[in-house]
Amino acid sequence: MHLRYIAKRLRFALVAAVMGLFVALAHADNGATSFMLDNGLQIVVIPDRRAPVVTHMVWYKVGSADEEPGRSGIAHFLEHLMFKGTQKYAAGEFSAAVAAIGGNDNAFTSSDYTAYYQQVSPDALPAMMDFEADRMRGLILTEEVVAPERDVVIEERRARVEGSPGALLAEEVEATLFQNHPYRIPVIGWMHEIVKLDREQALEFYDLHYAPDNAILVVAGDIGPGEVRAMAEATYGKVPRGPKRPQRVRPQEPRQDTTRTVTMYDPRVGVPSLQRSWVVPSYTSAEPGEAETLDLLAEILGGGVRSRLYQQLVVKDGIAASAGAGYRAAGLDDTSFSIFAAPRGDNDLAAVEKAVEAEIARLVEDGVSDDELRRAKNRFLRSMIFARDNQTGMARIYGSLLSTGLSIADIEAWPGRVRAVTGTDISNAARRYLTADTHVTGYLLPQGTVDQ
Amino acid sequence: MANETARMPIATRAENALATVVLALFFLTFPALGPAHSAVDIQEVRSKGGITAWLVEDYTVPIVALRFIFEGGSTQDPEGKEGLANLMTGLFDEGAGDLDADTFQLELDDAGAEMGFDAGRDAISGGMRTLAETRGEAFSLLKLALTQPRFDQAPIDRIRAQIVAGIQSRARDPETAARIAFAEAVYGDHPYARRSEGTPETLATITGDDLRTLHSRLFARENLIVGVVGAIDAETLAAELDRIFGELPASPDLVRVADVEPKLGKMVSVEYPLPQTSLQLAYRGIEREDPEFFPALLMNHILGGGAFSSRLFDEVREKRGLAYGIGSSLSNSRHADLLVIGTATDPERADEALGVIRETVAKMAEDGPTEAELDAAKRYLLGSYAINNLDSSGAIANTLVGLQFEKLGLDYIERRPALIRGVTREQAAAQARRLLSEEPAVLMIGPRKTGDN
Repeated sequence: MHLRYIAKRLRFALVAAVMGLFVALAHADNGATSFMLDNGLQIVVIPDRRAPVVTHMVWYKVGSADEEPGRSGIAHFLEHLMFKGTQKYAAGEFSAAVAAIGGNDNAFTSSDYTAYYQQVSPDALPAMMDFEADRMRGLILTEEVVAPERDVVIEERRARVEGSPGALLAEEVEATLFQNHPYRIPVIGWMHEIVKLDREQALEFYDLHYAPDNAILVVAGDIGPGEVRAMAEATYGKVPRGPKRPQRVRPQEPRQDTTRTVTMYDPRVGVPSLQRSWVVPSYTSAEPGEAETLDLLAEILGGGVRSRLYQQLVVKDGIAASAGAGYRAAGLDDTSFSIFAAPRGDNDLAAVEKAVEAEIARLVEDGVSDDELRRAKNRFLRSMIFARDNQTGMARIYGSLLSTGLSIADIEAWPGRVRAVTGTDISNAARRYLTADTHVTGYLLPQGTVDQ
Repeated sequence: MANETARMPIATRAENALATVVLALFFLTFPALGPAHSAVDIQEVRSKGGITAWLVEDYTVPIVALRFIFEGGSTQDPEGKEGLANLMTGLFDEGAGDLDADTFQLELDDAGAEMGFDAGRDAISGGMRTLAETRGEAFSLLKLALTQPRFDQAPIDRIRAQIVAGIQSRARDPETAARIAFAEAVYGDHPYARRSEGTPETLATITGDDLRTLHSRLFARENLIVGVVGAIDAETLAAELDRIFGELPASPDLVRVADVEPKLGKMVSVEYPLPQTSLQLAYRGIEREDPEFFPALLMNHILGGGAFSSRLFDEVREKRGLAYGIGSSLSNSRHADLLVIGTATDPERADEALGVIRETVAKMAEDGPTEAELDAAKRYLLGSYAINNLDSSGAIANTLVGLQFEKLGLDYIERRPALIRGVTREQAAAQARRLLSEEPAVLMIGPRKTGDN
């Protein structure tokens, strides 16, 4: 009954996540401040005085790509277990305290970071800091809480991945695209390893990575940096530094020499579709200006209804029902650039694939027009203003970029770097990265269809 | 591309907001904070042409957000033309007045604006977000889209094909089939049982004239509700209201839709080899106008409305690890009301989960909530307003529109805390008995259990 609405919400969430990376950036010259406590905790404050609400987020610089081999999912499992209490507060007490004042709380894990947040009224901020600082080093886990929570995570994996042919395919495309880097392993973990995760592994991971000198506190909303500093010193300031941690140096990708295909047949698939991915630099691993170029390339090639893929395949040729592109911008190491498309009516998936390839070739050979580059840049720069309308979105953008190795200075330089990108940069990036002979293509096909 | 995995499913939260156009209403209350924050300053703006809008003026960010709804949504689709309203909402940026689709989209982009439309069951909603400095150009385009949509054949065919592709891509998904069957079981032959996106067959019959007729029936001034937030003053807004909406006809031509009593007590069971069994239980709901609405709202919050603290969350997820997402919500539409519980679980433990849910519900129906639970729920509902309703211009504009749609009045936000505080344990217990004593409609989708033959 309500699936349509939920689907819409999810789509907005995805768009926001993708758009998010570039949008917030210009807010740095608009009031965001950063400082560090003696114990190494970095603090970023983004004032927004319009409503009596603050967003309080702690970002740990650790994610699934930092897990030991064979323990996939431990970063995410620990995220769940972080709500199971400390010496000072019983399991569930933190969430209950948030609910008791009408606040929201949640947490999320990615390959490079793990974050915990609450949205509350400003007068509750000291209490939030007290809870969050307490569980930074003080988590207590018993077997009684670990076992049922592992079942919850198993159900989560079934709900998110196993129940969705598209999600299963996406997972195996990633595992094929990254041949050596741990980005090949799903954040939630492989099922056969999740079922074996245990209390000791969770605590070991926690002890090593959860500490003020491995975290960033982001506070956005109706509060100033002076107040935040005083509150943070009284709470987080008392948490000792953690042990010495290894550098976050992950196995890097070798040179890629092949095209690979990953095909999924499922009786639940009604319309075939394809996605193609390449390994590309992230905002962190790129040379200056290169990531901005890839961001604009994704926008011009496949960002929405004015993009080349949409206009050519969906509007002019009418062979596709959907077509677009996306760039995963945040990442400590090289990430991915992807295109996706699905045929309209009885059109052949192979014809759609050829048309996608033709659009990429056209962009490489003929470049982009001044008009479409100007429009794409304007959309980016305008979205920075819209982004300031949402404090949680701002906090997420700062947190995700800072925890993947960018600095506030990088963030401040972003608008200038976007403006500096030329049409030649774009076609050069397309030529260099969207190669015809090194990529992974995933096909999602109805059961019983003949192979491509 | 979403490479994150979270502690709480987004979908479960989204279920809190079931009626598309009244997103905000379940949590409408104001936080107990200092006087500086104690009210949003809502102005009622009336234009010379007689169009009313609610406005929150705010110059912090140089943008303007405008939201509107026209009462009468997909229930207005003629028989055999199901999907008409939904298709129409996909076509407003595909050409209007002298501008073809291409020109319209380029001008909208140059005007620095975003525009969107959505067809709900009871209303068409839409909105625009624009930079303050380009507001004039943006609103001109909105006016053109609202008053002179072209409904050219090529965009009709393209958007229709996209909708059909969407329907086909879900056609073999047992969840979709099951939910359609469930809607039919609960709503019978009422329009709520129909698919608002239509079917490939009904969509194929839709013509440009059908779209023009529906547009002229639904888009009028009398059934229009407007909410505006941002960098614009009342006088300027009054003039803009006449400019944008002034040329619409005075009255809509709506088909009367009957109220419907959902049919409960049925079990719809769909067998399919899925990794999880999903469960949905529909109980009797309560009308938004009912004087006992708040006792019911608080009771539901305690039962399964709270994200990480509710009886269902504790029993199903926390104690037994039976599910990732579990929750209940009040669903209020113009013509039907439900209380819905939903979750998904290990197929081998589906009976256990269903049993735990039924037991939890029965206990609530019998004894009602405790004083302590009621107190906590009140504090949540009192405090959550600002967070859920005021953290962006779009959220505030949605709230302004929702308040008007439910006819709650300009002073509702000030009245609401007292309405919540006044609820007694006995009132909440009475609502638990009233809503939860009956056998629910149950939807179960999943594999045959290994114990079965």
